[in-house]
Amino acid sequence: MKKTLLVTFLSFALAFPALSAEKAKGVVEDMDFSFEGMFGTYDKDQLRRGLQVFTEVCAGCHGLNKVAYRNLGDKGGPELSQNQIKEYMSNFEIFDIELDDYRAATPSDKFESSAIETAPDLSLMAKARAGFHGPYGLGINQLIKGMGGPEYIVNLLMKFNEEEKEQAGSILYGNDIYPGGWISMGQPLWGEDVEYEDGTEATIEQEAKDVAAFLMWAAEPKLNNRKEAGFLALSMMIVLAGLLFLTNRRLWAPIKGKQ
Amino acid sequence: MAGIPHDKFKPKPGFQTWLNTRLPILSLAYDTLMIPTPKNLNWMWIWGIVLVFCLVLQIITGIILVMHYTPNADLAFDSVEHIMRDVNGGWAIRYAHQNGASLMFIAVYAHIFRGLYYGSYKAPREVTWIIGMLIYIAMMAVGFLGYVLPWGQMSFWGATVITGLFGAIPGIGEPIQTWLLGGPAVDNATLTRFFSLHYLLPFIILGLVLVHIWAFHTTGNNNPTGVEVRRTSKEDAEKDTLPFWPYFVIKDLYALVLIMAVFVYVVGFMPNYLGHPDNYIEANPLVTPAHIVPEWYYLPFYAILRAFTADVLVVQLASFFTAGIIDAKFFGVLAMFGAIGVMGLAPWLDTSSVRSGRYRPMFKWWFTLLVVDFMVLMWCGAMPAEPPYSTIALIGAGYWFAYFLIILPLLGLIETPDPQPLTIEDDFNDHYPKAKKKEKEEKTEATTPAE
Repeated sequence: MKKTLLVTFLSFALAFPALSAEKAKGVVEDMDFSFEGMFGTYDKDQLRRGLQVFTEVCAGCHGLNKVAYRNLGDKGGPELSQNQIKEYMSNFEIFDIELDDYRAATPSDKFESSAIETAPDLSLMAKARAGFHGPYGLGINQLIKGMGGPEYIVNLLMKFNEEEKEQAGSILYGNDIYPGGWISMGQPLWGEDVEYEDGTEATIEQEAKDVAAFLMWAAEPKLNNRKEAGFLALSMMIVLAGLLFLTNRRLWAPIKGKQ
Repeated sequence: MAGIPHDKFKPKPGFQTWLNTRLPILSLAYDTLMIPTPKNLNWMWIWGIVLVFCLVLQIITGIILVMHYTPNADLAFDSVEHIMRDVNGGWAIRYAHQNGASLMFIAVYAHIFRGLYYGSYKAPREVTWIIGMLIYIAMMAVGFLGYVLPWGQMSFWGATVITGLFGAIPGIGEPIQTWLLGGPAVDNATLTRFFSLHYLLPFIILGLVLVHIWAFHTTGNNNPTGVEVRRTSKEDAEKDTLPFWPYFVIKDLYALVLIMAVFVYVVGFMPNYLGHPDNYIEANPLVTPAHIVPEWYYLPFYAILRAFTADVLVVQLASFFTAGIIDAKFFGVLAMFGAIGVMGLAPWLDTSSVRSGRYRPMFKWWFTLLVVDFMVLMWCGAMPAEPPYSTIALIGAGYWFAYFLIILPLLGLIETPDPQPLTIEDDFNDHYPKAKKKEKEEKTEATTPAE
């Protein structure tokens, strides 16, 4: 038991060499996404492209185990049809503990967990990283630009600097965004890694943005509902505040001698 | 109630009288709702209502969250995601609960600093103040316990750091820490007991809130002038006050809805702004986050905790005179709790005979500096514990204690206060000259015989 713990600890220590307070060299640059702003929603086509990048590239190592296959058909998401979901699922088999065997995936099954233990699950990645946090640690620019999780992902994927080094038997890759500058993931996107079904040109930037948008959806699938409810609630509060302002003014007018 | 002369509740014959002679609940409700309230209360007197609203919001959303949450170290993180993804409206309830905590702390800080400026803690309201401090401490505990429940990285490591504070107590510290955690380290036992206490404490807060309200309904509200309501006759009292319903209920509701507009904006459009991204990573005992940062509302006191390192003179002195029993770590813990403690002692540390800061020319500046100090400490708490932040935090912590232990006692002796209005009515009429004119007109009308 102690030995397994030690091995796990070491593998984690190696997988996260950069969790010290070191700063990264590069700066996460801001960019526009369709889901930003008060009325921003996910772009269905972009999510589908992102799903393709995730499936063909990321899923080799990374899992997405908080998202169910049926979610791909949810409104506001990639909105795949039932048949498209079935077709997508047919690529996967799930290990069923009760059967003690593999079986075909069903819509309520979750995406697989990470294939490699040290590769983090990506379900919440877009919310688990902040792209911007200044000035002076006050987080004020997050007010304007948002948390910047998707921006962080795009910048990380695009800012590998082709340096490599070996540390304790594993190879680390130079990255200008990753804290500490060295990441155990080799550059995953180079451009033309996938052939988009909708004919969009698969440049590295396009792929990175698409997969970042997809991961934002995976992390926050209810974003559209949230903004709708937020807008409705805000409008109601403003109307109610107006009515109460008038009520309050009329109520106090005789006391303040204004009537 | 409040010793302020006012009309007593007269139950109507029939059911009202029948009930009220058996259980005086109707007169209690009437007296509470119709309490004579100083009519010059300004917009800083709205935070109490906001806090009551927050407490109710947190309890209701919390009870719903418990229906779907699983307090188990292996399942907690996933169950929160289940709430966010699969429960109908679960994301709204969870985001409201999460940000509701922040709203409650914004309100409580505004409420406390209002009390500090207008001298609401002074006689005869010391008990109200002390109960308020107890509520605040309970809120800190509830906030911390609740932050552990999603079982993210910050939950886990925050729990490790904060319970470690108790471990700093000499001699008995370690057994206490083990007892709090239910084991040698943060684990499932910690999560389940924190969950249980997180559910229990809000109801204790609710009880304390009722006592808090009872206390200030006994003494009557303070007001921006600090001048007491005249109790000489019912006529005089009525010139200084208005009944709580409808005047202050409507005013407070208006303010509450404005604050709610900001709140729903945050929940709807930037729900994670006040949280830490690391808490979307499941707790992992083997990976320590680069910076362990508490929630924003603890930051000022967290900064005080970290400010007193072993190279600070007072720490060395304390260590020398106690033969090493008080080391830097324990000193920091004492300083953090002491920072809240001295605030609780404010009624006895403030020697000024004048209640409201409005009429204290020197106090105003020191108080403003205290508010700035609070903000600076908050910022320091979020930054790494290294120069220059550690130095700034030490100066800030020093000022916090100096304000309560030195400045407040001294100011009362050396300061010449400005003239105060004789009555609340005078203050109100100064603000609204038309109110005075109208009053005079009414008087002359009354004395002129009808034609």
